[in-house]
Amino acid sequence: MKDLVLIITAVILSLAAAGAIIRIAVGPSLLDRVLASDVLLAILGAALAIDMAVNRHLNNLMLLVALTVIGFIGSVTVARFVADRREQPHDS
Amino acid sequence: MTPDASGADAVIDAVTAVFLVAGALMSLAAAVGLLRFPDLMSRMHAATKPQVLGLFLLLAAIGLQMRSWWVWPVLVVAWIFQLLTVPVSAHMVGRSGYRTKHGHRELLAADELEAVVLKAAGERAEEKAAGLRTNRSPG
Repeated sequence: MKDLVLIITAVILSLAAAGAIIRIAVGPSLLDRVLASDVLLAILGAALAIDMAVNRHLNNLMLLVALTVIGFIGSVTVARFVADRREQPHDS
Repeated sequence: MTPDASGADAVIDAVTAVFLVAGALMSLAAAVGLLRFPDLMSRMHAATKPQVLGLFLLLAAIGLQMRSWWVWPVLVVAWIFQLLTVPVSAHMVGRSGYRTKHGHRELLAADELEAVVLKAAGERAEEKAAGLRTNRSPG
């Protein structure tokens, strides 16, 4: 049962990560890539959580919270940067 | 998970397995949405699935497996932290996506932000004109 769940979730998460990476590669705009890397981060967090649940430990919990902060700061910063760069021609 | 579970342990393990697979499927759904949806706004809709519901299912699975009450507040804090940060970053991405015209306008059923933006732009132009007439900055 344990191995079965691990294999199924590993396959699903690998496919999901591949899809997110493809979107990062081909994404037409910067914001698409930011969004896809956010999803990739969520997939990474999901892998950590599944490891914790299956092996019954809590070592990664703080890492999960830190991952949330990193994703938040990253996407907010890049979104701000894009907005600033494109807005200036309109203002002047 | 316990190797040869029976009774309540087996039930808890089965529920955990369902939660884990469902939580992983949320990530897959987000990836499929990222690949197949046409523009940034609809991709943002797909991207929230693993961040909120997927994380909830996986944290619930952890809570079920740890078999102790004190982990639940920690897990709730982790989830609420995600709930607080995800809307803010989604708002920022959506805002700059709208302003830099990333969406496909013809796919929208209603654009309620457009009227607000036009009104704000008109007010700003009026203020600028008034400022030029009286030769001092408004406000």
